[in-house]
Amino acid sequence: MSMVQTIKNKRTGFRLFLMTVLGRSYPRVVGMTREKSWLFFDIFVPLLSVSAYVFVYRAIGAPEDYVGFVVVGGAMTAFWMNILWGMSSQLYWEKEQGNLALYIISPASMMAILLGMALGGLFSTLLRAITIMVFGSLLFHVSYYVVSFWSLIAIFSLSMVSLYGLGMMSASIFLLLSREAWHLSNLATEPVYLISGMYFPIKNLGFWGSAFGSLIPLSLGLDAMRQLVFKSGPSLGFLSVKLEIILLIVLSIIYIGAAKYLLAHIEKLAVKEGRITENRR
Amino acid sequence: MGKTTAVETENLGRIYKIRNNKKEAFKELIALSHVNLEIKKGELFGLLGPNGAGKTTLIKILTTLLAPTSGRAKVAEIDLEKFPEEVRKKINMVSGGETSGYGLLTVRENLWMFAQFYGIDSTIANDRIKKLAEIVGIADRLNTKSSDLSTGLRQKMNIIRGFLTDPEILFLDEPTLGLDVGASRDVRKFIKNWMDDNQERTLLLTTHYMVEADELCDRVAIINQGKVLACDTPSNLKTMLQKDAIFHLNLYSPNGLNLDNFKNIPGVKNCVLSNVQDETHLDIILEEDSILTEIISESSQQKLKIIKLEKREPSLEDVFVHLVGQKIEEV
Repeated sequence: MSMVQTIKNKRTGFRLFLMTVLGRSYPRVVGMTREKSWLFFDIFVPLLSVSAYVFVYRAIGAPEDYVGFVVVGGAMTAFWMNILWGMSSQLYWEKEQGNLALYIISPASMMAILLGMALGGLFSTLLRAITIMVFGSLLFHVSYYVVSFWSLIAIFSLSMVSLYGLGMMSASIFLLLSREAWHLSNLATEPVYLISGMYFPIKNLGFWGSAFGSLIPLSLGLDAMRQLVFKSGPSLGFLSVKLEIILLIVLSIIYIGAAKYLLAHIEKLAVKEGRITENRR
Repeated sequence: MGKTTAVETENLGRIYKIRNNKKEAFKELIALSHVNLEIKKGELFGLLGPNGAGKTTLIKILTTLLAPTSGRAKVAEIDLEKFPEEVRKKINMVSGGETSGYGLLTVRENLWMFAQFYGIDSTIANDRIKKLAEIVGIADRLNTKSSDLSTGLRQKMNIIRGFLTDPEILFLDEPTLGLDVGASRDVRKFIKNWMDDNQERTLLLTTHYMVEADELCDRVAIINQGKVLACDTPSNLKTMLQKDAIFHLNLYSPNGLNLDNFKNIPGVKNCVLSNVQDETHLDIILEEDSILTEIISESSQQKLKIIKLEKREPSLEDVFVHLVGQKIEEV
């Protein structure tokens, strides 16, 4: 029996970082094609919520743009769900499954692992969000009035960077909280629908309510996107698009920086206390 | 420490602080105490001990998953606590019964993913996956989803994951746990062959199977309650008992047996009772053969019927009994 040759060259540094990102994003991207139940749970079910709000707005004779607001909000909900269930609690599940220990002992950086999770999740959720948006728009005859396509792309991208930065940060916190992570995810689902204005203009929460809601990047992103794609958007917007872009950049830096710091800190703490692979200690 | 040392520990210790509920005060549980080991490069080193002996704790420390509470350790001549990132470039670990990877991915995809975390180019990774799968005997399952694998096949996948990255030092924590006889034999054969072909590589294996330690390891450390009781080659460990006489008695004892009476016979070094189905087995270590007459006499006094009596060569199990006072499965 002849065994395999030794490996002469293993990649390190930035190349290893990229390989790790690609490797960890792969299960999420490929998982979509293997498990097709998402077509029902992630598209049909959210469309039901969207429909309910649309019927309410139509029943009370709200401006037709509100229907569009709801469809866009419904599509963006997919990202929040992915952040909660696919990012924040992910490290906890990885620990339960035994993967986390293997990630830690590998030369790969945990930031690269988290980034891979985020990009994989972002890609798969993007498809869900687009599907919800297309179906919702066709079903309820939503008409869009795009002011600036590039601004829209920029806002969306920034929202995603910031939102997934928040997801990476909370993944570290959830790792420390262990089993309580499940309850936290449950707890953060419904209230966020309210404070982020998923189905109504966030401005209606008043300045301080809107400001508080803006800590979740989705709120600012959604508000700015609505301003850019609907005629009545600017008049219903919370802040100007420019200011919202600046705030999203600031939030991105804070969340990603905090994610990096927390991850290193919590990994150190977990190793010290023996929590990385043990639940009971 | 010489240049050829792969793992070195000095007074390594780990204490867990545990409590059953939040109202209780923390209690200290000593998982490892003053462990001093030196494993040479190219060695297949075994840690033999019962469940809860501290084997996994030691592996966790050596793989940077857990910090020691005392002492220090070096892996590949690198200080674990100071440079964990450097250590991680040189190691890998496989645990028995682990459920790592993602069920939706195939065996090949799971293995490829882990190879990416070690910076192994896809071409090389895929080539190694193919070759290792052929050697281990799961080449026909490479395109099977890992969630569809049996326990044995899954463990073979895990074993490939460990060897795939070509680590300088590989930690195998109970690699044959839960496997049937055939699958265990395959895994052991693969480990042995890999070590023969890779003389520069080091392997630290933990097990509570005596045969595994005896068959595979160049040296074995016997560990119990966090302490290393002995460390030597299997043959040298057995030599410890060479002067002793080791007997195995198969008894019929319908009314039970008083073990203390046997233990109290002068010259009896150790005496372990085990019941298999309806049969009573007595393993005894005597200072010399002549004491056997007293054992037989005690048996008849207790109205025990000797079905079978044999003198044995010392085994690792006898060494364990000699050191711990119990059989490994009884600890």
